[in-house]
Amino acid sequence: MGFLDRDHSIAPPGFNRWLVPPAALAVHLCIGQAYATSVYKTALVKHFGASLTEIGVIFSIAIVMLGLSAAIMGTWVDTNGPRKAMFTSAMFWVGGFLIGSLGIFTHQLWLVYLGYGFVGGIGLGIGYISPVSTLIKWFPDRPGLATGMAIMGFGGGALIASPVSQALLKAYDPNSGAQGWVASGDAVGKLFLTLAVVYLAYMLFGAFTVRVPADGWRPAGFDPSKVKAAKLVTTENVSARNAIKTRQFWLVWVALFCNVTAGIGILEQAAPMIQDFFRQSDGKSLVSAGVAAGFVGLLSIGNMAGRFAWSATSDVTGRKRIYMMYLGVGTVLYTVLAFAGSTATALYVVLAFVIISFYGGGFATVPAYLRDLFGTYQVGAIHGRLLTAWSAAGVAGPLIVNSILDAQGKPGQLTGASYQPALLTMVALLIIGFVANLLVKPVDDRFHEPRPERRTSSMEA
Amino acid sequence: MSSTAHTPDAHQPVKRSTGRLVLGWVLVGIPLAYGVFQTLTQVAALFG
Repeated sequence: MGFLDRDHSIAPPGFNRWLVPPAALAVHLCIGQAYATSVYKTALVKHFGASLTEIGVIFSIAIVMLGLSAAIMGTWVDTNGPRKAMFTSAMFWVGGFLIGSLGIFTHQLWLVYLGYGFVGGIGLGIGYISPVSTLIKWFPDRPGLATGMAIMGFGGGALIASPVSQALLKAYDPNSGAQGWVASGDAVGKLFLTLAVVYLAYMLFGAFTVRVPADGWRPAGFDPSKVKAAKLVTTENVSARNAIKTRQFWLVWVALFCNVTAGIGILEQAAPMIQDFFRQSDGKSLVSAGVAAGFVGLLSIGNMAGRFAWSATSDVTGRKRIYMMYLGVGTVLYTVLAFAGSTATALYVVLAFVIISFYGGGFATVPAYLRDLFGTYQVGAIHGRLLTAWSAAGVAGPLIVNSILDAQGKPGQLTGASYQPALLTMVALLIIGFVANLLVKPVDDRFHEPRPERRTSSMEA
Repeated sequence: MSSTAHTPDAHQPVKRSTGRLVLGWVLVGIPLAYGVFQTLTQVAALFG
């Protein structure tokens, strides 16, 4: 398996760096399927005779494993390079689908937990971070654009997987024409097998296309001294072990956690929330279920577009400033949503779209932010550790919103006013995140890795 | 700015890999465009 080693994936002279983003996208588009599990959720509930919560645990295990594996395997990914990491991610992700399908065919829910949740979740974590540090090294002049392109794929993966899965479930289930049809377990099992084959092909394409730049490579015309002109952008390097000892790491962790928690709160409730905001006095909503589904689709596009657009913009504005926008402007937008969101559908839709674009932008900008603060040396590993903020927010966001809404009334009876306490809680969180981001300063010299020339000069002295 | 590899000590002639580049972007671009199109079709209900 030596062909997977980092040394075998060093780019030859003349290699076009624009081949690296599609390689990264190939992996992220596949693992982004994790956000399309709602397509077969009801089918699995029926097949296993389980509750929604029991089936929801599959996704929860996968997201927890994403955070844990990214944090634990980050240094391994940086050391072994993107090819081995993408290959390993493919084996875990595809293995998860295969084990999961076995669980569905044999009516063993625990096998689906083990397969899609545990094994697949490891593939998610390794796959998510695998191309990040490589892209940053290929695009030192535009790191935000590069990581935005890849991480946009994670948002885009669900957009592809949802309609494809629906079409495949219909094709695999002979009863798909029946009224009130719910896909059979057999159809979901076959869907898993099909996705496994397609994702294996795509992820291996990514693994064998990706290359790392040779030592000392830089883009033609790129002047590193201009990058240094920005106060927060370092030319030094900090190891992952040292990075977590710095105040900066934890301040960015808090900023990301607050941004993600606020965004997840809206994303998770998107469809019922828009209906509740426009509920009339007779209890009926002006927004139909079909329109609400369209709104969820629009948010998915906002999430994906924000990842690319805002992250690319951060190359011009700087990472700290754009995070100030996500958190500062986000605070204002959430407040307007809380007090005026129910006055007009168009206003509500625009506010939610921009808020979710900030949510996506936060994810995509953070690798470049870490590069600015800690250098490129172990940025993948540092990014992996930071993603624990995502796991924590994935628990905190829905918990905050659901517990507050439970206290406000029953689903179907809630109105726009019922959401005010939850939205104002998010406003408070965003203010905390804004302050944390404001406190980010350059990393102290004592955390920097020694430079070879410094070592040499000290030995000569 | 050029998008091709360049080492400080060795100026290599630019290797044309347009075919691979187009193939790579098409492989990821077509599914992504399909997904966005399908979603926009759903979004149309919002403005209908």
